Amino acid sequence: MTIRNFTRREFLRDTAATGGAAAIAGSGGKAWAVPAAADPPVPTQHRVTIRLNGTERALQLDPRTSLLDALREQLYLTGTKKGCDMGACGACTVLLDGKRVNACLVLAARLDGREVKTIEGLADGDQLHPLQAAFIEHDGFQCGYCTPGQIMSAAGLLNEGRPLDEHSIREWMSGNICRCGAYPNIVSAIRQASGRA
Amino acid sequence: MNALPEPAIPETVHRAIAHDSADKHVRGAALYVDDIPEPRDLLHAAIGWSSRAHARILSLDLAAVAAAPGVVAVLAARDLTASNDIGPVLPGDPVFADGLVEYHGQSIFAVAADCVGAARRAARLARVEYQDLPAVLTIEQALADESYILPTRILRRGDAAAALAGASRRLKGRFGVGGQDHFYLEGQVAMAVPGEDGDMLIHSSTQHPTEVQHLVAKVLGLPDHAVVTEVRRMGGGFGGKETQAAIVACVAALLARRTGRPVKLRLDRDDDMILTGKRHDFLIDYDVGFGADGRIAGVEFMLASRCGMSPDLSASINDRAMFHADNCYFLQNVTIVSHRCKTHTVSNTAFRGFGGPQGMMAIEYVMDEIARDLGLDPLEVRKANFYGTTERNVTPYGMTVEDNIIPALVAELEASSDYAARRAAVDEFNRTSPWLKKGLALTPVKFGISFTAKHLNQAGALVHVYTDGSIQLNHGGTEMGQGLFVKVAQVVAEELGVALDRVKLTATSTAKVPNTSPTAASSGADLNGKAAQAAARTIRERLADLAAARFGVPADAITFRDGQVSGGGQVIAFPDLVKAAYFARIQLSATGFYTTPRLDWNEATHQGRPFFYFAYGASVSEVAIDVLTGETKILRVDILHDCGRSLNPAIDLGQVEGGFVQGMGWLTTEELAWDAAGRLTTHAPSTYKIPTASDVPRDFRVALYRGDNREDAIYRSKAVGEPPLMLGISVFHALKDAVAAAAGPVRFDAPATPERVLLAIEANR
Repeated sequence: MTIRNFTRREFLRDTAATGGAAAIAGSGGKAWAVPAAADPPVPTQHRVTIRLNGTERALQLDPRTSLLDALREQLYLTGTKKGCDMGACGACTVLLDGKRVNACLVLAARLDGREVKTIEGLADGDQLHPLQAAFIEHDGFQCGYCTPGQIMSAAGLLNEGRPLDEHSIREWMSGNICRCGAYPNIVSAIRQASGRA
Repeated sequence: MNALPEPAIPETVHRAIAHDSADKHVRGAALYVDDIPEPRDLLHAAIGWSSRAHARILSLDLAAVAAAPGVVAVLAARDLTASNDIGPVLPGDPVFADGLVEYHGQSIFAVAADCVGAARRAARLARVEYQDLPAVLTIEQALADESYILPTRILRRGDAAAALAGASRRLKGRFGVGGQDHFYLEGQVAMAVPGEDGDMLIHSSTQHPTEVQHLVAKVLGLPDHAVVTEVRRMGGGFGGKETQAAIVACVAALLARRTGRPVKLRLDRDDDMILTGKRHDFLIDYDVGFGADGRIAGVEFMLASRCGMSPDLSASINDRAMFHADNCYFLQNVTIVSHRCKTHTVSNTAFRGFGGPQGMMAIEYVMDEIARDLGLDPLEVRKANFYGTTERNVTPYGMTVEDNIIPALVAELEASSDYAARRAAVDEFNRTSPWLKKGLALTPVKFGISFTAKHLNQAGALVHVYTDGSIQLNHGGTEMGQGLFVKVAQVVAEELGVALDRVKLTATSTAKVPNTSPTAASSGADLNGKAAQAAARTIRERLADLAAARFGVPADAITFRDGQVSGGGQVIAFPDLVKAAYFARIQLSATGFYTTPRLDWNEATHQGRPFFYFAYGASVSEVAIDVLTGETKILRVDILHDCGRSLNPAIDLGQVEGGFVQGMGWLTTEELAWDAAGRLTTHAPSTYKIPTASDVPRDFRVALYRGDNREDAIYRSKAVGEPPLMLGISVFHALKDAVAAAAGPVRFDAPATPERVLLAIEANR
């Protein structure tokens, strides 16, 4: 990748030193996961245009906004879920220029001209993507909260063009937690779709 | 209640049908609380919490919080006029700490602001002056100090002391079983929307809408009728949203009341893990006497659990631990002492199994220790102690085990898993392999189905049939991914003989079905399925009477099938009969109500029949460990599980596999760690290891046991939510087996992390 992918994690690490010292009662666990206590000067709004699920979308946003929050709160696409907001559960997985990323770790302001695909953009109208159909056929979910992330991660995995067998699917999908433990069915669904896609 | 026969060949029940929200899930179109379109003047809330485990609050200065940009309201205990206590059974859980904090993370105040960031930034500006008090942070310390949140209970049968004294062999020991964070992938969240007359609508991610309704009404000083709780679905619950959802809903409601605006509170993941209760960790002492055949003559257990700072549901949870310390085994002479320890840590709560898994771990550990002492295969010791069918079949709490299928189920699994040959192969491998050791274990499960609090074993449902023949279904249960909604819809479709897509599921609402029990204790389908069946049958009987009159046949000759109603050679389409019923002024809506039969339970004496029936299962796990690093690998797992005559085998298989994975996580990788100041140090998925796809056994063979529920549960099925979690116990015992092969008998605590495996081996070197 030629453009440096400046992540929210790096951004907040760099700015964490400017605030938070006065915290006595907490509202968060890690300095980098929590906005600074002393309110920083209101940052300049950034204008970016992204190609979202095939459509140009212009956004004006606070440069601290994650792609996940931009999707959910500004574009009202709530299919992408917030599980941990720290890049460790995979629930917010989307495709950025065809590659899977945790949307909670990507700053939306850095995405001018880039292409984002979310779960809402995967099906072709009523025609489900083979992964979506396979997840239904194999009961690859229970509560459903991780499902959009699982499917987008699997879509990214298929794009990566690796040789896939059951073992490698399990390994390459290990960044997406399913707390209901529907893994056997998730892996079966991806195996089926990898044969078709 | 009904004169109509059950259909001979069911059309909709007992079939593998996908989850009702399957299409929405794969499209990202299923709405969870945080996905509901936000009202235009919505505020966002954050909780400010204690940074001390046990301290007096000398002063609380929230001026800077209130003055922070974007802040609209700030609330603390002093602002609450109606009530500040939301203990679910007994008092002890304040919304906001009032002068005293009793755990690191306890809520002290809350703030509402224009956006989440502003609320969270402001919450960090409080000035709290604490005076630290001595904190009890471990079970050991609580036992030493006799720090108990509830009175100690003792369950006794026969004379354990005499049996121990007279036994030919005797073993004593102690081990620990860790807790578990729910890590429902959707964290705790609620949105409170104020209405007319001070009414409050609560969108809550809760397993217990009625309790949220009651507690919101209580803190707002309103009658229950002024509060409605609505839940369409949760992104996982696992017990963590039974009582723990209440504080989130109450804080949102209090701030909504204060501001007159809708308020959403969604806990950040770290906050969620720090603020909310988890599975109880236990410290277990055992003293067992037995004979040369491994049969137990007498056993004494001390089960001490970390309840945390308040009672919450700890009484029932520890009771259930006591009632599962027998698991599948007849204990003639037994004493179980249950200490419910008060610690200055978060108040522990319901978690899938509800104390049962910890009680089961106690007896399974003892079975394994007996086998090692006698040089027997642990499976032989387990079999020697199984409940009988006509004798040796009464539990320590006086309930006769009438449906014992465990010998047959275990025999079937033993054969299908090739246990004997693999036992020999594992032993042979271990004889020749110095650095890698294998372990094998088969453990059974017997889990009691029903709430031990008898009054909770009731449910209601509401069925409407519209004049086009489409049906709307509502019941008191909540959907958290377990497939409850599709199962109950299958029941209604079956009863009315219509296609499943004619039945519309609707969000659980306290305005539709009141006074509901939590969706817990694996009871969801049993209770709500029966209640919905009763409602559907009421409507069916009314329609059958009409059809019988038209066809000139008796009502019991009318059948409902394939969307048609037939009798005496005549047929009418279901929608046409419905339309006719409307014009004949016949009521097309009905409520249904169900109470679990046969329960006869004395909570004071701990004697009687607390359970309607038992659900059974068994699993075999084979593992390998690296003696030099402690690394562990699960090589193969075979499961045979009893769902009665499954209502929906696709859903039930998912529950069995998922329950096993969660139980495996509890006992192997999920380790909660508190530091010396009482701070949880594992409050994110980066430090708390939840099983992923690559942790599932590579060779995983799961089957459902064939056999009806002997009791009249819904369509002869059995509850499946919790029991499979305890199938994970075989993984722990396979690891214990491998450790024993490497180092001989040694204390082995759960979770069996690689670190624990290595330390256990090193301890005996």
